[in-house]
Amino acid sequence: MMPSAAMSGHGAQTATSKPARLKTRVVDRFSEPIAAYLLALPGGALLALLFILPVIAVFVIATTNWSFGGTSLSFVGMRNFRDVFADSTFRMSFLNTIVYVLIVVPGTIGLGLLIALLIEARPSLRGFYRAIHFLPFMATLAASAVAWEMLLHPTMGLVNQAFSALGLPTANWLRDEKTVLPVLALIGIWQNLGFAMVLFLAGLKAIPADLYEAADIDGADGWFDRLRTVTLPMLGPVTMFVVVVVAIRAFEVFDTIAILTQGGPGRASEVLLYTLYRESFEYLRTGYGAAVTVVFLGIIVTLTLVQVGVMEKRVHYS
Amino acid sequence: MAGLSISGVSKGFGSIKVLKDISLQVEDGEFLTILGPSGCGKSTLLKILAGLETQDSGSIFLGERQLDGLRPKHRDVAMVFQSYALYPHMTVAWNMALPLRMRRLNAWQRFPVLGALLPGTAAVRKEIAAEVSRVAAALGIDQLLDRKPAQLSGGQRQRVAVGRAMVREPAVFLMDEPLSNLDAKLRVQMRAEIKELHRRLGSTFIYVTHDQTEAMTLSDRVVVMADGEILQVARPQDIYADPCDLRVAEFVGSPKINIIEGRMQRDRLVDVAGLLLPLDVASAVGTRILIGVRPEALRLAEHASKVAISATVRLIEHMGSDVFVHVEMPGVSDLFVMRLPLERAFRIQLGEPLQLGLRPGQLLFFDAEGRRIRTTSAVTPIERRALA
Amino acid sequence: MRIGQAFHPSAIGRHAALLMTGALTLAPFIWMISLSAKSPDEMFDPGFSLLPRHWHAWENYAEALTAAPLLRFLLNGAIVCFSILALQLLICVPMAYAAAKLRFFGRNALFGAVLLGLLLPHQVLALPVFILCHKLHILNSYAALILPFIVSPFGIFLFRQFFRTIPDDILHAARLDGLSEFSIVWRIVVPMSVPAMIAFSIFSVVAHWNDLFWPSIVIKTTELMPPSLGVAAFRGIESGNDYGPLMAGTVLVVLPLLVAFALAQRWFIEGLTSAALK
Repeated sequence: MMPSAAMSGHGAQTATSKPARLKTRVVDRFSEPIAAYLLALPGGALLALLFILPVIAVFVIATTNWSFGGTSLSFVGMRNFRDVFADSTFRMSFLNTIVYVLIVVPGTIGLGLLIALLIEARPSLRGFYRAIHFLPFMATLAASAVAWEMLLHPTMGLVNQAFSALGLPTANWLRDEKTVLPVLALIGIWQNLGFAMVLFLAGLKAIPADLYEAADIDGADGWFDRLRTVTLPMLGPVTMFVVVVVAIRAFEVFDTIAILTQGGPGRASEVLLYTLYRESFEYLRTGYGAAVTVVFLGIIVTLTLVQVGVMEKRVHYS
Repeated sequence: MAGLSISGVSKGFGSIKVLKDISLQVEDGEFLTILGPSGCGKSTLLKILAGLETQDSGSIFLGERQLDGLRPKHRDVAMVFQSYALYPHMTVAWNMALPLRMRRLNAWQRFPVLGALLPGTAAVRKEIAAEVSRVAAALGIDQLLDRKPAQLSGGQRQRVAVGRAMVREPAVFLMDEPLSNLDAKLRVQMRAEIKELHRRLGSTFIYVTHDQTEAMTLSDRVVVMADGEILQVARPQDIYADPCDLRVAEFVGSPKINIIEGRMQRDRLVDVAGLLLPLDVASAVGTRILIGVRPEALRLAEHASKVAISATVRLIEHMGSDVFVHVEMPGVSDLFVMRLPLERAFRIQLGEPLQLGLRPGQLLFFDAEGRRIRTTSAVTPIERRALA
Repeated sequence: MRIGQAFHPSAIGRHAALLMTGALTLAPFIWMISLSAKSPDEMFDPGFSLLPRHWHAWENYAEALTAAPLLRFLLNGAIVCFSILALQLLICVPMAYAAAKLRFFGRNALFGAVLLGLLLPHQVLALPVFILCHKLHILNSYAALILPFIVSPFGIFLFRQFFRTIPDDILHAARLDGLSEFSIVWRIVVPMSVPAMIAFSIFSVVAHWNDLFWPSIVIKTTELMPPSLGVAAFRGIESGNDYGPLMAGTVLVVLPLLVAFALAQRWFIEGLTSAALK
């Protein structure tokens, strides 16, 4: 073999800085798990403290009669839940939230999809249009809500000015119990359509061009046919996904109600999250508030699991 | 310096045994190739040698020092990965300097920005830069020191990976299929460069590949592995001419060796495709014997004879200087591949009947389990027997 | 997509439609800016005009800045959001790396906890976390705004998915070169994950800048209010019919994010969509 030539490979040893190599340190075989624990422990502890324990606490509080600042606590079983469902305010709140979601979701999807289709139809000015329509999603909703209040002002608001100029009926939009919820839903649509639009844009980009070419050859080359044969079917999974995500966001509506109507007039714009906030933190009826929280949690978890299910299907079919 | 001793190394993942009791002696300064198909455990063995995986049982010694339990950086080995594993966000110079920085600068000196201000850091960094330049020049990449990996070609990246291993001046170089991501022409060139590198450095190289050409051309010795076991350890030419297992014979040699089945007829004669061959082995009549015939072991018989094999040409492949002729022989299910020089084969036509003779002494006999039966003398066919 | 000529009727139709929807979308903002420059008497002017007859902007903005600590609100937003982000990265990145690349007992349980955290919207946890802050005596302080968010299950999940795409060989090479796992995280993995870092940073900053729910619960002092809560409070302060300063105030609050968005549009959109696609 190669005798002394073996030494030449190890080069000139610089005297100054090479430390004693080949220090024999037998390190335990557990260095990998130990490093892992050190890296993960702070996060893990905080996860337990800020997520696991609180969610358990919510369930516990929901079954007691504890009131914040009070010293007594006793187990009351499902009494809070019965109170909650018996309360007309809660039922109103629940109903309002459902109506709100049922208006916001189709509206957002429809408009978002329409705008996405229009933007993708031609290459000119795509970035510009995309930016404009995405802006409401970025803006602080609290501030946008105040701006909408001005628009909807009964006397000096732009909406009523425009409507009366066009001969359309006007109203005190935010103070009329018949119109307040739909108007809030409109603001919700306005805020979310940019988000839906962007997701649809991504979905449209992912449609392979050869599908359109195949459709052309098969004779489906008008815009309506292309839509029906290729675009809408291919957007199916994305649409389902967007529906669920927008629905979750709609269920979590809070800012506009808190700033503009505080649930009024009457209970016409009372929504779940606002009820939760008020009962838990303003009235300090913590047991009751916790029960509302549990209901809210149930809805959101169901929707999230649906979302996960949709994602799984997408992964398997693609 | 001394060689590597690997004793009884086993490794399993879940219920799958990837390495089964591997024992191997690597000589100091040798170029040893571990050759085998994908999944035979060779990369796992390499990772165990590097300390990136831990074996379930067995020990590894580098000279007098036991490596088991030592973290990779303390083992005095360097590794060139199949994917090169260059740090994509660092320049070539930084990629090559990193191992030296880790060894010679302590944590305070390595601290970003401020560490450079500590006393002594500047001197060490200059030293490191000089060594990096030296190695880069030796590999021909000194013009590339300021570039990032994404800006380099495959061959250049490979050299940087080798350079990063070289700067550490390790006792052992581990190479995990370093050429498999290169195109054919580059591979030939890099093979020569690696061989030259080994000659110059004289360190121990342990090279893993599934490519038999690399194994044959680069190695002092070849270790053939399959299914987690070592089949044979020998010089390349011995692996080819004297395989100890059917799997070894089939793995090395291109085109693949032809295998024909035969049966023991009466003591010491085996019946193969109507031909009787004397075989000095005590086996019962009817025992299955496998005969390996390399493509170059058959020749065109000058004239018909009682010991020639009749065959029909089914496929002709012209390779330039050689011709591969695929023939069909009576009683043999698969096509037989022959390698003939161009001047002998250029007139052969498809469908033509041929008379073939065996070169004496070039047959390899294996028993039904694939173990080699070594014969003491050259085997010449006795007579042809008409098939029933 | 057929590339037609610029003045093809369908092209014009598309532009017309999009400009209309765009105008409707921008209407609140435009009106907000317009009102912020008008004087009180002009507000109730029956005639419609975007531009004010008398440029009252300076007075309105000056009034807004003095009546409520608007700049303070923005500063609070900046402090809180960047603190949250810094701590999130510090805590979630190592954890995501361990979950993605290291083998250890309890790894699945840990990831299960992360998935559970993903399921829970933060409003649901508000009550117990509020009690926790109360017990820690940090109510009505920056700490209360920051603490509940410093571990982000979403961040851990996002980073883990991204880290999993890093080839193992690079980590092996780093270990052979002598780096500790801690060094590997910050010197190798993070520089290779810049897109994920940016996407998450944008998502985090936007979400917490715009959050109204949690600050409403824990902050009662005006000086500590982040932008959303500040706007709500400001609206309470500005009573009467002089809406000019109020609008000026909202413009100032909305501006930072919108300007940032205008400058880095692509990052924002890609960051938020990849965040949603989880």
